[in-house]
Amino acid sequence: MDITFILISVAKIIGLVFLTILPMVAYSVWAERRVSALIQDRVGPNRVGIPFTKIRLAGLGQPIADGIKFLLKEDFTPSHVRKGYYWLAPALTMVPALLTCAVLPFGSELFGIKMVIADLSVGPLFIFAIASLSVYGIVLAGWASNSKYPFLGGVRSSSQMISYEISLGLSIVPILMIFGQLNLSDIVMEQARNGWALLPLWGDRLSLKGFLLFIPIFISFVIFTTSMFAETNRLPFDLPECETELVAGYHTEYSSMKFALFFLGEYAAMIIGSGLAVTLFLGGWSLPFGWLVPEDGASVPFWMGALHILSFLGKVVAFILFFIWVRWSLPRFRYDQLMRLGWVFFFEIALFNILLTAGILLFVK
Amino acid sequence: MAIVVKRPKLSFWEKLYLPGIIKGLGITLRHFFLSLTGKTKVSMQYPEEKWDSHLPEYYRGAPALVTDEQGRERCVACQLCEFICPPRAITIHPEEIPSEDKWAKVEKRPQEFEIDMIRCIYCGLCEEVCPEQAIFLRKEYAFTGLKREDMVHNKKRLYEIGGVREGLVNKWNELK
Amino acid sequence: MTALFYFFAFVMLAGGLGVVLTRSPVTSAFSMVVSFLGLAALFIMLHAYLIGTLQILVYAGAIMVLFLFIIMLLDLKAEEDRKISLFTVIGGALLVSVFASQIIKVVKALPAAAEAMPELSASASEDVKNTGLLMFTDYVFPLQIIGVLLLVATVGVIVLSKKELK
Repeated sequence: MDITFILISVAKIIGLVFLTILPMVAYSVWAERRVSALIQDRVGPNRVGIPFTKIRLAGLGQPIADGIKFLLKEDFTPSHVRKGYYWLAPALTMVPALLTCAVLPFGSELFGIKMVIADLSVGPLFIFAIASLSVYGIVLAGWASNSKYPFLGGVRSSSQMISYEISLGLSIVPILMIFGQLNLSDIVMEQARNGWALLPLWGDRLSLKGFLLFIPIFISFVIFTTSMFAETNRLPFDLPECETELVAGYHTEYSSMKFALFFLGEYAAMIIGSGLAVTLFLGGWSLPFGWLVPEDGASVPFWMGALHILSFLGKVVAFILFFIWVRWSLPRFRYDQLMRLGWVFFFEIALFNILLTAGILLFVK
Repeated sequence: MAIVVKRPKLSFWEKLYLPGIIKGLGITLRHFFLSLTGKTKVSMQYPEEKWDSHLPEYYRGAPALVTDEQGRERCVACQLCEFICPPRAITIHPEEIPSEDKWAKVEKRPQEFEIDMIRCIYCGLCEEVCPEQAIFLRKEYAFTGLKREDMVHNKKRLYEIGGVREGLVNKWNELK
Repeated sequence: MTALFYFFAFVMLAGGLGVVLTRSPVTSAFSMVVSFLGLAALFIMLHAYLIGTLQILVYAGAIMVLFLFIIMLLDLKAEEDRKISLFTVIGGALLVSVFASQIIKVVKALPAAAEAMPELSASASEDVKNTGLLMFTDYVFPLQIIGVLLLVATVGVIVLSKKELK
């Protein structure tokens, strides 16, 4: 293992995780508050700007102020908790959420370096594997808090996440069948050349087969997105922390930065989920209509690589806005409805969808 | 006896939920864009924009003492307001008006008149009970202080807020 | 690379010891997860990405979550207060040593154990494809049998749990 590889990887990790995703997490909280305010005909946080001046920047300083607030608040540990796990749980929700970004291709090439931290041949599997670990954080938080509401929240969350992981996994099988691989970079490259999964308007996919395949892909997309909402505990499915029944669910007993870690973990999971959805269904870093697709083996100029990264981030931001939009539009499900939806509808539809895709792939030339 | 509410029968489209969800999303999206383009009226940006010019005549702000057009302080220190005040915010120290004073016939006036604005509930009973039309609830509402003492309005402050009020019944002019 | 190997091997073994030695069932279950993670890391270091991720996905991510879930619903006080008798310690040690010696013997007897295997990296990019092809060609019959077995087990569980409800 040579030193340049390690250095490049470290640079990519710092660039993606610390300089892109974490600020995005902070600002998606701000976006959540502003967008929800606009949807509800309010103003939202628009005041915090540059300190000691009158410059407000539409409240863009709010996340920084929030961060400082979280750091300075009293970190209170109740006496009845199981200390070790109580301390471990917030980290266990945050870490898997950030780990999954390792296989997401967030750009084509920059200075001849592939813009993905680990170009694994089992990309989606890796993401599901790590994402399935994030249940531990929530379950342990619920259990370690040693009181009723967090425990109920933890129990709900674990059963919900296990249930929806199945439909989540099954829903992307048609995509993997169509592209015939598990390497996310290659899937994106294929989409850049031959049309995005959800926009088959150029390249090879501008054909009868492409249009027919659009049907299962669209079903997949709906199931995938909905399951993603459930996996990240976002609003139509936020039963683990639903305020009206469980106070705050699994993080009721947490305060200060430990609470912030749960909060950030949720948003980080949301960003990674959006990233995965964009990669699988919306062509990842590629621009629409096959513009500026890098040739095989040819080096990608700097401006094109930067444009690809911007394209990826733009799509992810749009997806996050969609997440927020849905959150402030739909009411919460009842728990039995949630389980019914997961096991009775999505599971069956996803299975049928795989069959449909296989049929189209086999019979339509 | 339990009332049986019949569940509405849903058509196929309604059972799918998706049309309903999309409709709901459309409504929120409309609100979003209307707010974004400033077409929706939202709440005022408080410290910069204030309600002050829109406040109605009957607005119940801070209670204050008034003087009339002759410059006489109208309060005669009868202490009815002190008595009726539900949170006991008012404290009056009456004094006699010296005989050389122009208004000596009124006989009594407050030496000190204090309203504790931490206690005041802006109910307006003092205004209602006052036989002299001396205390009114005015439009001031924003009071701040760093100490409890700062929040107690003394006589000077009360007259500052109250100011001169014209067109009141001046019964002391006729009385000899 | 060797440093990493020793690190993950240590994580795995420490997790394994944690399962046996800790008193709290939750800690035991959690140690098992740590052990699985170490094992998965070792698989990935051998360029066996598929089996490594499946290890995390299936064992650490699904089965152990259910385990933990059940353990948390139980009353843990009884388990933590339980005394260990000398008899169980001796019996357990005896069983372990017998099994360990058997395994060592079998592994040593294998002809492949003597020679170093070539690295897997050459076929690493294809391991998902190869596994899939093998499963659906050569081993399709065992796969179907296992599927039927799982189905029977599932149906059995449902029947048993429904019976209790009545």
